[in-house]
Amino acid sequence: MELDFGFYNWGVISGFVLKGLYFSIFLTIVATLGGVFFGTLLALMRLSGQKWLDLPAAAYVNGMRSIPLVMVILGFFLLVPFVIGRPIGAETSAIITFIAFEAAYFSEIMRAGIQSIPRGQVFAGQAMGMTYGQNMKLVILPQAFRNMLPVLLTQTIILFQDTSLVYAIGAYDLLKGFETAGKNFGRPTESYLLAAVVYFVICFSLSYVVKRLHKKIAIIR
Amino acid sequence: MANWDWQVFCKDTVDGEVVARCFGSGGSVTYLDWMLSAWGWTVSVSVCALLLALIVGSIVGVLRTLPDSPWVVRLGNAWVELFRNIPLLVQIFLWYYVVPTLIPPMRSFPPFLLVVIALGLFTSARIAEQVRAGIQALPKGQRYAGMAVGFTTAQTYRYVILPMAYRIIIPPLTSESMNIFKNSSVAFAVSIAELTQFYLQAGEETSRQMEIYIGVIFLYFISAMAINRIMAFIEKRVRVPGFVAASGGGGH
Repeated sequence: MELDFGFYNWGVISGFVLKGLYFSIFLTIVATLGGVFFGTLLALMRLSGQKWLDLPAAAYVNGMRSIPLVMVILGFFLLVPFVIGRPIGAETSAIITFIAFEAAYFSEIMRAGIQSIPRGQVFAGQAMGMTYGQNMKLVILPQAFRNMLPVLLTQTIILFQDTSLVYAIGAYDLLKGFETAGKNFGRPTESYLLAAVVYFVICFSLSYVVKRLHKKIAIIR
Repeated sequence: MANWDWQVFCKDTVDGEVVARCFGSGGSVTYLDWMLSAWGWTVSVSVCALLLALIVGSIVGVLRTLPDSPWVVRLGNAWVELFRNIPLLVQIFLWYYVVPTLIPPMRSFPPFLLVVIALGLFTSARIAEQVRAGIQALPKGQRYAGMAVGFTTAQTYRYVILPMAYRIIIPPLTSESMNIFKNSSVAFAVSIAELTQFYLQAGEETSRQMEIYIGVIFLYFISAMAINRIMAFIEKRVRVPGFVAASGGGGH
């Protein structure tokens, strides 16, 4: 069989592929920011030493981590309209699902990061008369974020790959863009192949950058 | 909130009548029968893919640590980067649609086999990474000890390095085995009759999506727990006295 990529001119790329790429990148960024924010809250709940904060957070994190992402995406998309009585768009649904799902994973990363800070730092903050909030904001979290940055970024690359799963609810992401173009021109083989190449180039370059960053941070520390 | 109707699982899939003992007999199939068969597909895909991933991942992982063979190491690294940087769903599409088009003999492969290859090779890259890390976590002296008693490289790996390396990486292998069950859900995209596919179809047919959803999630949960227990059992059985205590802190 002859491969023919000839139909991928600028019109097709800007018409089908870029629209999907924008959504994939947007979803990755929003889910990372939202996931880190709620993940940090979950991590603080788990480290608070208060049972009524720790237990629900642990249940949420472990529950999310034992369900396949596809089922979370499908469940949210199909069940929420059932509960609130009106349908929600695939894109909105994907954004909320990814923030909720990734928060569980980011919280584990944050928890490890916060625990990597020596106890002495906490005591030092307390000795200076800082409140819990000040101590977290000014002493612990800045160091924890820095220690965790490579792992956080690696998780973001995984998250970018996972965004392809919004295929399940028909949201228009990068993969969907390639698939639609392939269907319209009767060339699905070339389209899937090209999609794989594009994902590979993006993820490989990003993980290369993260590797470099990891080395740089490791030296300073 | 909707009213619960758990009888949905006892309904016949053809006429929708509730069957007395929930399991169909004489050719009729209830949704419970269907769900258990879907679970069987999930388990088969996952277990077959896990076996493939362990075999390929071990080979690639070992190749990446061979001394004095930079090109073999590079080839192993390339394998890992290739399968790690393409989303699983895209890899499944590649094996399902693209590879059979390019390699005609593969057109006769059943979809089940293609999905097992896709999921297996995807996971092999991650297992190769762990095998490499496990081997490199061992003190250099172990390798030298093997050389000192006159072992060939193959013997050193077989009798000295691998027995220790595999024990070290049991915890990450456990989470990878649990991941493979979760990842098998992506096979719904190429119409394998596994749990996620069952949820989509049965949920649509019965309009009892909540109940079906909870049933499916429950089975995924049970599968993950079972794998976790099996791996914990293996870890206990193969423990080397005195050694596991040192790596028990989980520094890897």
